[in-house]
Amino acid sequence: MTLWSSNTLFPSTHQTKTQSHSQAVFATSLRQAHRRDHLLRNSLRILSGITGAIVLLIALFVLRESLPALRHLGLHRFFTDADWYPLEGQFNLRPIALGTALTTVGALGLATPLGIFSALFCQFYAPAFVAAGYRRLLELLAGIPSVVYGFWGLVVLVPQINKLHPPGQSLLAGILILTLMILPTVALLSASSLRSVPASYLRGAKALSLSRWTTLTRIVFPAARSGLMAAVILATGRALGETMAVLMVCGNVVQVPDSLFDPVRSLTANIALEMAYATAEHRSVLFVSGLVLLAMVAGLVTITDWKFLTGKAAEESHHVV
Amino acid sequence: MSFKQSSWPDRVLSSFVWTTAVAITAVFLWIIFSILSQGIGQLSLSFLLTEPANAGREGGIAPILVSTLLILGVCLVIALPLGLGTSLLLAELTVSDRRLGNWVRRSLDFLAGVPSIVFGLFGNVFFAQVLGLGFSILSGGLTLACMVLPLLIRATEEGLRSLPASYRHGAAALGLSQTTTLFKILLPAALPGLTVGLVLGIGRALAETAALIFTSGYVDRFPESLLDSGRTLSIHIFDLSMNVPGGDANAAASALVLLLVLLCLNGMATTIAWRWSTHR
Repeated sequence: MTLWSSNTLFPSTHQTKTQSHSQAVFATSLRQAHRRDHLLRNSLRILSGITGAIVLLIALFVLRESLPALRHLGLHRFFTDADWYPLEGQFNLRPIALGTALTTVGALGLATPLGIFSALFCQFYAPAFVAAGYRRLLELLAGIPSVVYGFWGLVVLVPQINKLHPPGQSLLAGILILTLMILPTVALLSASSLRSVPASYLRGAKALSLSRWTTLTRIVFPAARSGLMAAVILATGRALGETMAVLMVCGNVVQVPDSLFDPVRSLTANIALEMAYATAEHRSVLFVSGLVLLAMVAGLVTITDWKFLTGKAAEESHHVV
Repeated sequence: MSFKQSSWPDRVLSSFVWTTAVAITAVFLWIIFSILSQGIGQLSLSFLLTEPANAGREGGIAPILVSTLLILGVCLVIALPLGLGTSLLLAELTVSDRRLGNWVRRSLDFLAGVPSIVFGLFGNVFFAQVLGLGFSILSGGLTLACMVLPLLIRATEEGLRSLPASYRHGAAALGLSQTTTLFKILLPAALPGLTVGLVLGIGRALAETAALIFTSGYVDRFPESLLDSGRTLSIHIFDLSMNVPGGDANAAASALVLLLVLLCLNGMATTIAWRWSTHR
């Protein structure tokens, strides 16, 4: 660091030989440093460009593979065909899309109240150490791989449902497993949005001696609403895209279920089951269902980005998800 | 927080909340204990060190562990430089590259939401077919690299951003070049954040199944090269429980191995993050 002496920075008019020499060395090393910085910045830009392009590549290639089906069959065939007999060129996706819709809606219907109750438990009901332990448990639940949930569902939950009403592998099993899987997302995100309600609101409620019910329903929920909505939307994305667990417990029969105990097949399970042997148009139809999933998730991400997530809630959701 | 008045909605809500907490804890314990009780009998050193036999009903998981590690290795070799470079740009070049940064951030938000089966479709087309890698460890690892990037980048960027501005000011005052500042000061200081991101990324990669079925494939032999198909632990669990009647015991043991590894990784991440936050 001797190069940064005052006379190299502010050279006097009377320079000795050594001074001008050190000035030259300084200039060279400065140029080198500049060049290195330039190189570094450009390599960072290239790496970031590649990272940013991945999602475009995904959309592009899934679209490219979907085009044959979209061009030759047209969208209406996915609703008007007689049934899903891909090997005979019948591509009615409606019962399968319904399978995805029913499992997702069912799981959301259960996971939303349970998740919000869990968040309330952490923030308002449990003593501090219990709340910390419970949060840790939720994090562990979130970390269990979907294939392990599927395995557990298959060997433990499905036989229980089978006792209740055969065959066991059913819409109900799918809903229950999905509920378990998205519940941590709802709970942890809701807890962080409840945490971000200003303490002064709570003190104000206390000063007015409001009951817990009134405090929660009239003050806390309205204040945390956007965060709670974001939690549910992100959980919806997870439920829509979940493959393994649903594939393993739902029974995978292509049909419109009559009851909760009937087997169903979801879009994701359909892809996983049939990609191995699908060719030509059939394969392309599977890519169309992938494209539909991609579009739905992109829609959800856009909604959370633009509408609900502001400031703190956005920050917090990035921690958890 | 304590409340004086207690009306009936209070009591109803309170009972719902407590019931939920107890029920979820019970289900969690149920999952853990049922997998533990079914898997622990099979689990032994020889289970980890022998090859599967009879479609996996007997024998162990040695080649599966090797394939899993190789896929993880490929994934990290690709994801680490990309992730590191991107998070450095996002956290440090905020002024000069704001627009690029915003675009990359947005695209990462979308990437984080892409369902894993769609990653599988993409990997199948792009890596296996277009790049001609076939069903291989390389295809699988590259697909996983795309998946873990958002997680890796978010943690690393946060680690870099949480460094005090005085580090950067001090480096600038000493006339250090940007390169020196990044590599000698900021990155070493942000190392814990980086490690947490890395550990979380590894966890995500190990848990993944759907993206690998059509990229790395099912073959349960020892892989001979990176272009061979290889079966990961998660695919092994799936295959044994779905396609192999009588494979449940070994599936449970494999699930137990996977859970133990993930638990260790999770514990590591928590410890590092906690130590880091208390030391500063």
